[in-house]
Formats: sequence, C-alpha cells, structure tokens
Amino acid sequence: MSTTTTTPVEIHAVPEARQRDGVKARSAAEGASRSGIWVAMFAITMSFAALTSALFVREGSAGDWQRIALPPILYANTLALLASSLTLSRARHAVNARSFMNSRTLQTAMVWLVATFALGLLFIAGQYQAWRQLAAHGLFLSTNPNSSFFYVFTGVHILHLAGGLAALVYLIGQLAGSHSAFRRVAFDNTAVYWHFMSVLWLYLLLVMRAKI
Amino acid sequence: MQEASSTQPHVHAPPQGFLRKYVFSLDHKVIGLQYFGLALAAVTLGMVLSWLMRFHLVWPNTRIPGLELISKVGAPGGIITPEYYLSLLTMHGTLMVFFVLTNAPFAALGNYFLPIQIGAEDMAFPRFNMMSFWTTFAAFIVLVLAFFIPDGPPISGWTAYAPLSAIGSDAGPGLGWGQNLWAISIALFCAGSLLGALNFIATTLDLRAKGMTLMRMPICTWAWFITSCIALLAFAVLLPACLLLILDRTAGTSFFIPSGLVVSDRLQPHSGGSPLLWQHLFWFFGHPEVYIAILPSVGIVSHVLINSMRKPLLSARVIIYSMLSIGFLSYMVWGHHMFLSGMNPFSSLLFSFPTLTITIPATIITLIWLGSLYGANIRMTSAALFALGFISMFVSGGVSGFFLAQPSIDIYLHATYFVVGHFHMVMGVASIFGVFAGTYFWFGKMTGRMLNENLGKLHFWLTFIGTYCIFMPFHYLGLVGNIRRYSSFVDDFMGPLMPVHKFVTIAALITGGAQLLFLYNLFHSRFWGQPAPQNPWNGTTLEWSVPSPPPWNNFGEKHPVVYHDPYQYGVKGSTGDYVMQDSPEHVAGG
Repeated sequence: MSTTTTTPVEIHAVPEARQRDGVKARSAAEGASRSGIWVAMFAITMSFAALTSALFVREGSAGDWQRIALPPILYANTLALLASSLTLSRARHAVNARSFMNSRTLQTAMVWLVATFALGLLFIAGQYQAWRQLAAHGLFLSTNPNSSFFYVFTGVHILHLAGGLAALVYLIGQLAGSHSAFRRVAFDNTAVYWHFMSVLWLYLLLVMRAKI
Repeated sequence: MQEASSTQPHVHAPPQGFLRKYVFSLDHKVIGLQYFGLALAAVTLGMVLSWLMRFHLVWPNTRIPGLELISKVGAPGGIITPEYYLSLLTMHGTLMVFFVLTNAPFAALGNYFLPIQIGAEDMAFPRFNMMSFWTTFAAFIVLVLAFFIPDGPPISGWTAYAPLSAIGSDAGPGLGWGQNLWAISIALFCAGSLLGALNFIATTLDLRAKGMTLMRMPICTWAWFITSCIALLAFAVLLPACLLLILDRTAGTSFFIPSGLVVSDRLQPHSGGSPLLWQHLFWFFGHPEVYIAILPSVGIVSHVLINSMRKPLLSARVIIYSMLSIGFLSYMVWGHHMFLSGMNPFSSLLFSFPTLTITIPATIITLIWLGSLYGANIRMTSAALFALGFISMFVSGGVSGFFLAQPSIDIYLHATYFVVGHFHMVMGVASIFGVFAGTYFWFGKMTGRMLNENLGKLHFWLTFIGTYCIFMPFHYLGLVGNIRRYSSFVDDFMGPLMPVHKFVTIAALITGGAQLLFLYNLFHSRFWGQPAPQNPWNGTTLEWSVPSPPPWNNFGEKHPVVYHDPYQYGVKGSTGDYVMQDSPEHVAGG
C-alpha cells in the first residue's frame, strides 16, 4: 500500500490502527463493508424471490389472472437505468484510472456521478409516469392481482433504489467536500449496489413481461 | 447504501454523554444489554399472559382482580372472554417467539460476545447495530400498543393465518387495528433483525483477530454466525409477506383472501387470493425461526459444558458441521406445519422426509454432548446445571417431533396440546435454558459482579422440575385429543381431564414464581454481588482475556493475537489445566 502524499487525495487511505496484521492490503473495516453489501444484496434477492413465488402461487390460485398491457414508458425507463449504470462505471473508471486523483480526474468522476444521480431520478420519475398511465386506464393497486403485483414490484424496487440514490448523494458530497474523507470502498459498494439495482430491474421487467 | 458511511467509525470514539453511553449507544456491549433488557421485559409480560390463560382454563368463572382495567370489553368484571383468551394467546406467542426467543439468545448474548470472542473492537457497522435495536424496540412498543386500543390485541394467533387475519374487524375483535399493529410490528422486527443479521455476518467474516481462523472460533460464535445466516433468509421472506398482508388489510388487494368469502354475514370485497400462500410464506420463515431460537443456545450450552467439564468435546467440528446442516435443512421443512392445510398429500411426504432427516444432525450433537460428558468430572455451577437441563429438554421435546413429522400421525395430533407441549419444550424452554446458562456464565463478565450461585441452583431445580410438570402432561392431554386454542373445557367431553389442567396451572404459577428468584438475583447481584474477576471460570476464549466488564473498545489498545483452538482444556498450562487462546505458550498437540 502506497503512502505517498504528494497528491491531493489518497485513495487507499487507511488509518494505521486498522491494519491488524500489516499483511492485508485492505483494512478489516473495508472488508466488512464489502461483505456487508453482498450480504444485503443476498437478502434483497431473497425478498424478491419470495415476491416472485407469491406471484406464481397467486396466478394459479384462481381464475382472475388478467394480463395487463405494460406501459411502454417502462422500456424508456429501463434505458435510463441502464445508462445510469454505464455513467457510474465511467465515474468508477475515472477514479480507478490512477491510484491518486488529480483535479481533472476528480472533475470527470464528479460529472459522471451527477449524471448517474440524474438518470436515477429520471428513472423514478418515469416509473411514476407509468403508474399514472396505468391509473388512467383504471388499473389501481387493488384492481386485479396483476396490477397489484405490478405496483408492489415497481414500488419495492424504487424503495431499494432510493437507498442507492442516498449513497450517490453521499459520494458526491464526499468528492465535493474534503477530499481526504473520500473512501474507495464507499464508491465500490455504491457501484456494486447500483448495478445490482439495474440487474434486479431487468429481472423484474422480464417477470412482468412474462406474467403480468 | 448507508453501509459505507457507517464503517468509518469502526474504531468509534469513546462514548461521551449520557445519551451516547446508555441510550443511543454504538457499543455492541451496551446494545447487547439493551436487547437483554427488552427480552426480559417481553418475557415477563409473556409469562404473565400465560398465567392469565392457565388461570382462565381451570377457573373460568373466577374473577381476576384488576383485569377489567386493562380491557373492559375483553375482561368484563375481571373475567376473560373467549375472544380475549385468543388475544392473550396471540400476544403471548408473538412476544415469546420474536421478542424473547430471537432477542435473548441471538441478539442480546450474540451482540455482547460475538465481537469479543473473535477479537474485534466492535461490530462491523455500529450505527446499524444501534438502528437494529431501536427498530426492534419500536416493534415492541407497536405490538404492546395493541393492548390499549379499544379493539384490543388480535386474536389470530402468532401465525396470523389468512384469510381471517387479512380481512379486518369483520373477522372478530382485535382484527381491525389490533392486527394492523401486529403486522406493522412484525415488519419492523424483520427490518431490525435483517440489519442485525447483516452485522453479525460481516463482523464474523471480516473482523476476526489475527490468528482467529474460522475453525478457531468458539462454538457459540459459530452458532451465532449460522443463526444470522438463517435469520437473513428467513426475515427477508417474512418482511414482504407482512407487506402483502398489510396491503390486503388496508389497500383492498387480494393476495391472501379468496373469492366469495362471507364473514360476519358480509361478503368480503376481495377475490381470488390464496390463504395457503400466507402459510407458505409464513412457515418458510417460521420453521427456520425455530432454529434461530435454538441454535444459539446449542452453541452457548456447548461453550459452557466444555468449560465445566474441563475437557474438549469429542468433536467440536462435527457439532459445527451439524449446525450447518441443520441451518441448510431448516429451509426444506416448512410444509410440515401445513400437513392439514389442504396441501397436496404428496407434498406432505416431501416435507416429512427432510423433517425426519433434520433429526440426524440434532441427534449427533446430543450424542457428542453425552459422549463427552461420560466420565467427565463436571463442575456443577448454575451455568452447567442449566446446560445439562438444556440437553434434557432438547431430547424430551425433540423426541415428540418424530411423531409430528409423520403426516399420518399428525392428522391425529395436529392442533392438540401434544404440539403445544412439543414446541414449548424443544423451542421455548430449551432455548431459554441456554439463555439461563449463558447468563449465569457471563453475568460477571457483563456487569463486573457475579450472580449468586446458591440462588442460581435453587432457580435451576425449581425451573427444571416445574417445566417438566407443565409440559409433560401437555403430551398426554394431546394424545387424548385435547385441542389447543380453546378457552375452556368445562362443558366438554374433556371434563375428566380437568385435574390434569389444574395440575399444570398450579405448576405454571409456581414455576413462573420461581423466576422471581432469577430476577432478584439479577438485580441484587448487579449492585451487591461478589466482584467478578477477569476469568472466574478459568475459561480459554477471548472474552476471558479482558477485564470484567470490558472497556468500551474491548481490548484497550492491544490487538489480540490467537494461537490456539478455542478449547485447550485438560492440558498443562502455566496458569492451570487450560491454555488461553491468546496465550503464545506451546500446547502439546494444540
């Protein structure tokens, strides 16, 4: 682990005290938060697996399963979300490009991060628009099982995505504020989680296309 | 994604001020004690509820003074109505399963000792840890609120079977706002437990001290780790299930409510839902929950027994592997709660097989304990007594599981007192015995004062004999056909069994009363008990290498280094017949 201090931001900054055995390149706390995010994604996957199996059981439980036409705006939203994953990888790429950031890479990272956040907001606005379109067709949460599952899937997904947005705000704040507070692990975790949200959305879209 | 932000203060500053020290503490030890206090409050309330039920069962027309003040409708003139009996039953089950059996052995003792036993300064995410306690606390308050609303607590049992739990107040008293509060409380509890489980897993994986390999972790650390993995999956399923239940109740959806349901002469405005879906989702959580309650106690009991026997178990590894396989199998057996729910009979067979299979690792664990105990010169402390009592309860309660696991026999025994006896012994009392063993063992470490051993032994014998007197007769009652969840049997063909019920009630009152000894011991010893030395039981694991109670950062400025497997007993060490994990001295064969 490098400890050079000639550049403004030290990406790998880890307090000495955390280096338990001096061999591991990363601190235990960093490792824990990396594990933590994977564990959290595992739990979220489990929750959506439960909801999916509930959908299958509910479909077979009665003859009231009526397919509804998914609002086409969902596909535009999907593109926005995928684009946000792309912009976030660009931001991560900028951070990864060198071990230490100069103001130029910092700016690049910042631009991509803000773009990610904006696309995330756009996605949520689009989902809201999809709800309004369904409602305009008289399809509400309780109208039929298909619309119920549509609102539950999209709603719970947005709730989880909001967590990702909060993390983006945190990252942007860190990059804009004191550079020494910037922690690579927070960036990596946000990226992993955000990509997971995109993949989760693709999965949900697939399920909804096939079943709802 | 707040994980990231909460890792920064991993080595958090020493707590300043009353609020940070005792209320919104980030210290896993304080949070562990908070969970312990919450469990103590819940178990006290839950036990009083069981007293009221037992009292009503045998003296249905005797007034209970003051009860009418709590519920005018539920207990007019101090006499419990059949509906209110169901309310008490629901609250008893919910409090005990969630706020006692999950909180005490897992969240409370685990929070306190897991980080210390692996040589960490705190949990991986102290802020999440604090949030998980306060979320759980909020869940408790929301649940208890149900007592104070006009409608009273729900009457649907701790399993809240749909559709009656899903349609609102038409289904009976307490199924309006009472059931809403229940569902919100359980959803909050799920969220708190998920945060807790995440913390336990990340801490165990990443914050182990140098030299603390996975196989060098004490058995109870393993148990808490496996439990947190189970909890992560189980609560991740119950949470969306609660969401769907809340939507059915408040938003008019029909996930669990079928078409054409007429309740209280009213056609319910729902259609097409599946009541079985709730049972599947609930028991997918509910059965692993049994192991969430019991595995930490299995770990604690192993930990205590080894220390009391002064020799290692025949194989600690096999116990760990058995616990892992129990954790794995616990997800394949949920359908055995639904043999009579209208599932396809072939599914019953499919669920019966893994249910019987899961007894194999449980039996292996028991045999290892018994084999290790053979010929051991055991130190009969209160902790050791409760550990032995645990084995007794685990076997007695577990054996009846063989019968219930078989669909053909379960047809007869389903929903009788046999089932109630079975799960109270193997899940309830056994788990609590593990908590008692842990408390007598670790109280000195947690508070700096030792519990009174004589009172502890008296507490053990009264509790041990008392619980057998309560729950053994349940099996006979069940075999006769005594159905559960009925508020009285006075006019029933079960009349001749009333003497047995009376015996059980008297035993319950006495055994419950004996717990006052424990409470007295806790409070008295906390302030006036013998000061606890650093290592009162000559233990080997890391919690005994720190002062009693440990400082806020557990190990002070030093970082422990581990040299040995956790249980180096019966060896020649410089301090006696044991060598501590962080002692660099050489152990032959260690």
